[in-house]
Amino acid sequence: MRLLRNYVPQLTLLPSLILVAITVYGFIALTMVLSLTRSKMLPRFDRWEGFSNYLKVWNHPRWEVALENFAIFGILYIGGTLLIGLVLAIFLDQRIRIEGSLRTIYLYPMALSFIVTGVAWQWIMSPDLGLERAFHIWGWESFRFDWIKQSDLAIYCVVIAGVWQASGFVMALFLAALRGVNQEILSAARMDGASGPSIYWHIIIPALRPAFLTAIVVQGHLAIKSYDLVVALTRGGPGFSTELPSTFMYEFTFSRNEMALGASSAVMMLVLVMVLIVPYLYSELRNER
Amino acid sequence: MAQLTIDNVSKVFGSTSVLQDISIEIDAGEFLVLVGPSGCGKSTLLNMVAGLLTISGGQIRFDGDRIDNLEPKDRNIAMVFQSYALYPAMSVEKNMAFPLRMAGFSKEDQTQKVQEVADLLQISHLLKRKPAALSGGQRQRVAMGRALVRDPKLFLFDEPLSNLDAKLRVDMRTEIKRLHQRLGTTILYVTHDQVEAMTMATRIAVMEGGIVQQFGTPAEIYDHPANTFVATFMGSPAMNLIDAVVSPDQQHLQIGAVNVPMPPGVKAPAAGTKVKLGLRPEWFGVGDKAEGTFDMPVRVDLIEPTGPDMYVSVKLDGQSVMTRLPAGSDVTQNSDCTLRVALDKAPIFDAETGLALYA
Ligand SMILES: Nc1ncnc2c1ncn2[C@@H]1O[C@H](COP(=O)(O)OP(=O)(O)OP(=O)(O)O)[C@@H](O)[C@H]1O
Ligand SMILES: [Mg+2]
Repeated sequence: MRLLRNYVPQLTLLPSLILVAITVYGFIALTMVLSLTRSKMLPRFDRWEGFSNYLKVWNHPRWEVALENFAIFGILYIGGTLLIGLVLAIFLDQRIRIEGSLRTIYLYPMALSFIVTGVAWQWIMSPDLGLERAFHIWGWESFRFDWIKQSDLAIYCVVIAGVWQASGFVMALFLAALRGVNQEILSAARMDGASGPSIYWHIIIPALRPAFLTAIVVQGHLAIKSYDLVVALTRGGPGFSTELPSTFMYEFTFSRNEMALGASSAVMMLVLVMVLIVPYLYSELRNER
Repeated sequence: MAQLTIDNVSKVFGSTSVLQDISIEIDAGEFLVLVGPSGCGKSTLLNMVAGLLTISGGQIRFDGDRIDNLEPKDRNIAMVFQSYALYPAMSVEKNMAFPLRMAGFSKEDQTQKVQEVADLLQISHLLKRKPAALSGGQRQRVAMGRALVRDPKLFLFDEPLSNLDAKLRVDMRTEIKRLHQRLGTTILYVTHDQVEAMTMATRIAVMEGGIVQQFGTPAEIYDHPANTFVATFMGSPAMNLIDAVVSPDQQHLQIGAVNVPMPPGVKAPAAGTKVKLGLRPEWFGVGDKAEGTFDMPVRVDLIEPTGPDMYVSVKLDGQSVMTRLPAGSDVTQNSDCTLRVALDKAPIFDAETGLALYA
């Protein structure tokens, strides 16, 4: 009985631990195994391919586009939300009177799913329905905004929609951190002769480091996961010009009956995350101490 | 000419008046302590001198020139904050160099000046560390260092020692005082600790309810408190205030059946006036009668030994009186005894207004 009582905390956690072990790590392992097989529509474990699936993915033209897009999207999406979020937060931190309602307005897009954002922006950016048409109706005949139809520019439409959606959330993160900055430190900076912009530059923004860490990790994993936004906005098109690793993976696994290829691309995404985020986390968290 | 003049300054937040008609003048090199209970407006006054708060009325002058309309950085004033307010992302060195950097000093000048001040405060070995890796006392020094590098004309301190433990507080107190004597700078120092005020100040302003209750040297404040608030605020244990009535011949104070001679330094009010007699605990003693003392019959209530002294709470005609007697004095709990009390400095206060009645 005593023994049992000592293990109550562990026992209560056990079901969820088992669940996580199976559904997360179990399936990661399964995916890794699958990527070494010759599975097509259904998993098959009787024929082994070795690493040839990885080579196929790596040499696939769509994967190349997906990686390139991922780099563009990842950098601009994270950078854009951080920059806009920070600017909005600093703007709101001036203690303006309508702050409450503005904060809600900025945060609102976060409440929408990426699907809704995708569809809405698809309309806005579509030359036949959205901005371009609106400007034409208002009399600006030469106005052109058809990026979404151009294969080399469509990915930037995805960036715009993504940044619009997530900037408010980053703003909320930064605003909370700004409000947490010790007022005496700001007074000290004023006495030390720092003016408004240099107080922000030298004192406040460096003090937001933990908020930057949170924002980068959250936005980083959203960027890697982002699938629904592309699907709703461009369906990966025109052609496969807005392909991302996630859409590549879905397409091959579930639409083209190339499960082993899809699994290889999934594993490569995992490696990508590790390579990009883990060193950053490591250096940041070590710095904390 | 006074160096810092606070002339009829007042502060209003919205509709609440926090400071009323504050007037204080100090000369160069003085150590002025603003002391008072929490919420009396000390920090508000300090921040107005610093320029962090606007003033609602009056003037602040420095060497005769108005400074209350200048930006904080143009006032040539440095401040040490209660939370130290070190910049967490910068090393100690960068923290201390920051005011110089903002003022556009060259890299070499910055390094040299920081090194000088760091040597003075014995923190040279900490220069590369971040504030998070410092103890409270070390942060305190760094904060002072950052204030010192600019060679300001006036230093402001807002309760700088209140976050330190008791021993360190005493050490830093001595150190700040020594620094003041060595550098000869003018200091305006806020505290709610009357011991800090008494030990460090050349002049003290006792504040309460947004008003300066008394402004004077520590000795003046201690020996001639202007009213009952100052009398009981300064000194520990606090001065006793004993209800008494002026005798018909105006030569005595009647405390119930006890007739105490009128203290020498007071202006006796009309016969029958209700007054309060102020008696400091350390004016009591046991033993032989001496010149200028009075033998007071009391009943011993409670004895608290503190080491060198003992605090003995006694009853005098039903009123509680705290006394401080040498350790080992011959008193027993719950028994009658006679204490002699020195009346030569004793003040009396009007029972209605609380104002001291000095001759
Ligand atoms: N921004 C403000 N708005 C309204 N009232 C304020 C404001 N700042 C301070 N006060 C009020 O002014 C009074 C004086 O505050 P202040 O901070 O100067 O007190 P203090 O003497 O420094 O107290 P403490 O010893 O606790 O630091 C307080 O009653 C406080 O509530
Ligand atoms: Mg204060």
